[in-house]
Amino acid sequence: MKEIWIYAEVREDRVNEVAYELLTRALDLKGKLEDSIISAVLMGRNIPDADKQELIKRGADRVYYVDNPLLKDFVVEPYSKVLIELINRYKPEIIIAPATTQGRTLMPYTAVRLQTGLTADCTGLDIDEAGNLLQTRPAIGGNVMATIRTSTRPQMATVRPHSTRPAPIDESREGEVIEVDVSLTEEDAPVKKLEYLKDKTQVVTVQDADIVVSGGRGIGRADNFKIVYRLAELLGGAVGASRDVVDRGWITYPHQVGLSGKTVNPKVYIALGISGSIQHLAGMQTSETIIAINKDPDAQIFRVSDLGIVGDLHEVVPVLIERLEALKNEI
Amino acid sequence: MRIIIPIKQVPETSNVKMDPETGTMVREGVESIINPLDLYSIELGIRLKEQYGGEIIVVSMGPPKAQEALREAIAMGCDDAVLLTDRFFAGADTFATSYTLTKAMEKLKPFDLIICGERATDGDTAQVGPGLAALLGLPLSTFTSRIELEDGCIKATRLIEGGYEVLSLPTPALVTVVKEISDPRLPTLRGKQKAKKLEIKKWTAQDMEADTAKTGLKGSPTRVVKTFNPKVAREGKLIEVKDEKTLAQAVDEIISLLKEKAAI
Ligand SMILES: Cc1cc2nc3c(=O)[nH]c(=O)nc-3n(C[C@H](O)[C@H](O)[C@H](O)COP(=O)(O)OP(=O)(O)OC[C@H]3O[C@@H](n4cnc5c(N)ncnc54)[C@H](O)[C@@H]3O)c2cc1C
Repeated sequence: MKEIWIYAEVREDRVNEVAYELLTRALDLKGKLEDSIISAVLMGRNIPDADKQELIKRGADRVYYVDNPLLKDFVVEPYSKVLIELINRYKPEIIIAPATTQGRTLMPYTAVRLQTGLTADCTGLDIDEAGNLLQTRPAIGGNVMATIRTSTRPQMATVRPHSTRPAPIDESREGEVIEVDVSLTEEDAPVKKLEYLKDKTQVVTVQDADIVVSGGRGIGRADNFKIVYRLAELLGGAVGASRDVVDRGWITYPHQVGLSGKTVNPKVYIALGISGSIQHLAGMQTSETIIAINKDPDAQIFRVSDLGIVGDLHEVVPVLIERLEALKNEI
Repeated sequence: MRIIIPIKQVPETSNVKMDPETGTMVREGVESIINPLDLYSIELGIRLKEQYGGEIIVVSMGPPKAQEALREAIAMGCDDAVLLTDRFFAGADTFATSYTLTKAMEKLKPFDLIICGERATDGDTAQVGPGLAALLGLPLSTFTSRIELEDGCIKATRLIEGGYEVLSLPTPALVTVVKEISDPRLPTLRGKQKAKKLEIKKWTAQDMEADTAKTGLKGSPTRVVKTFNPKVAREGKLIEVKDEKTLAQAVDEIISLLKEKAAI
C-alpha cells in the first residue's frame, strides 16, 4: 500500500484551510495511484478533535497526530525532526505541503536531510504511467510551466495555496486518528518563538485572500489608498500593492505583490492603476480572474486581464463602491 | 562577526529563454545580474559589519562568469569572495546546490551568520537557504524582515501570513531575508576598485572534498521532464470609459463578473 501524505498546517492551534486544498489534490492522486491511501500529518498541542475528524471527512484515510508542548508553535527544527521520524516509520510515497511560509520552510529543511527531491510551489500534480508524481510549476516569473519528476522517495512538493478548491465534507467518510509518540527534548528546539505581532492593516492577508484589490502608482497619493481599502472591505478581500507604491511608503511591504513581494493566487485580482510590469505579473498572473482599471489603453496589465476598464480609476472606483454599498444595503 | 553570504547570478528576468531539449535555461546571450533578492542579504551583511565589525565573505556556485556577481558584491562592501566552479556542479537542483554550498561553508568555518536572499528569481524555489541550514545543522529563520543582536542571540522578525513573528536564535545561525530588511546601496568607487583587483578564490569539488555523486545534474533527485507555455485563457474584454454611459456600463460589467465569480 502506498501512502500519499498531506501536511496539515496549523495556525493558532487550528488546522488551516490550506490543508483541505491539499486533500483535493491528494484525492485526485489517490484515484490515479493504485493501492494508495491518504494520510494527513498533524502536529501541534491540543488540537481539537473536531479538526482531526474534519480532515477525515474531507478525504484523509488516516491522521497521524503528534502532540507535544514543543510543537505548540511552528518552529522548523522540532517539526522537521518529527516529520522525519514519521517518514522513516511509515515510508510515504508522496508528501505534499502548502507553499506557505511554513511549508516553504519545513519541506526544504526536511527534504535535504532525507536526501530526496522537492519541487516548489506547484500548481499542477499528476501521476504518470509508471506511478511517478508529475509536479508542474510556473517557472521564470510564470512565463514558462515546467513539469518535474523526482527519482528518489518520498516525492515531495509544495503546492501553491488557492490553486485548487478545498475538498468538500463528506459525512459518510471514515478513517482513523493515530496518535504517534515522538520524543522531543529542549535540544531539539534551539529556536524560541518570542511573540506574534498581528498586522492590523491586514484583516485578511494577501496570500490567504480569495479576493485581492491592489493599488499602484495610478492611485496618485498615499491618502487615496482609502478607496482601495474600502473596495477590498466591501468584497471581503485583502489589499495588495505594486512595489512602486511600497517604495514610496504609501503602504507597507507585507502588501507588496510580485517578484520581490508575495505571490498571490486569488479567485479575483483587481489591479487599480498598475501598469503590469513583468515583475508585478510574476506575483499574480495565476489568479483565476483578473480585472484591471488603468487609463492607458496599452498598459501591459490588460494582456493578462479578463476584464479591462480603460479609464480614470478615480472616476470608476467611487461609482463601483457606491454600487456595491447599495447592493449590500439591499440584502 | 564573520558573515557568509551565498549569492547567485541570474538572467535578467525580462528576457529569458528555455532550451526545449534539456528543459534548462539558455544562458547565452542573456544579460546576467546578481539575483535581485540577494542585494538585500548583502546590504544586511554590510550593515552588521558596520555596526559590529568583522568580515563578509560572498560565495557563489556557478560558471566562471559568475565571478561578475561576486565582484559586484565586493564593490558594495563585502570583503572576500569564493567561486565554486566545476563541471561537476552544472545542472544542480536545490538538493545538489544545498549540498555543494554546505561543503563550501564547512571549509569556511567558523562563522557567526549565513545570510541568504529569500529565493533566486530564476529558479524561484526559496529552498536552498533552508536546505543549507538543515545540512549544516544551523538554527533557521526564513522570510526574515528584521534582525537584532542580543546577548549572543539573534532576534529575528519573520514576515508570515497575517503578521510578524519574533524568534530568538542561538548563533551560528542562518537567516533568509525579504526585501523589507534593507535598502541596498550602490557600489562605491573605492569598492569598485577593490573588486577589480581582488583575486577571487576558485574551489572545485576536489578542493572541497565534495562527493560528485551528490553535485550537479547527477546529484539532483529532481528532473525537468517537460516545459510548456502557460495557457492564458483570458477573455481580455476591454471597455473604454468615455462618458456617463460607458462608465455605468464598465461598472455593470465589473459587478456582473464579481457575481459570476461568487465574489459578491
Ligand atoms: C528586481 C526587481 C523586482 C521587482 N519586484 C517587484 C514586485 O515584487 N512587485 C511589483 O509590483 N513591482 C516590482 N518591481 C518593479 C516593477 O518593475 C515596476 O516598476 C512596478 O511594478 C510599477 O508599479 P506600478 O504599476 O504601480 O507603477 P507604474 O508602472 O508607474 O504604473 C502606474 C500605472 O497607473 C496608471 N494610471 C495612472 N494614473 C491613473 C489613473 N488616474 N487611473 C487609472 N490608471 C492610472 C498608468 O497608466 C500606469 O499604467 C521590481 C523591479 C525589479 C527591477
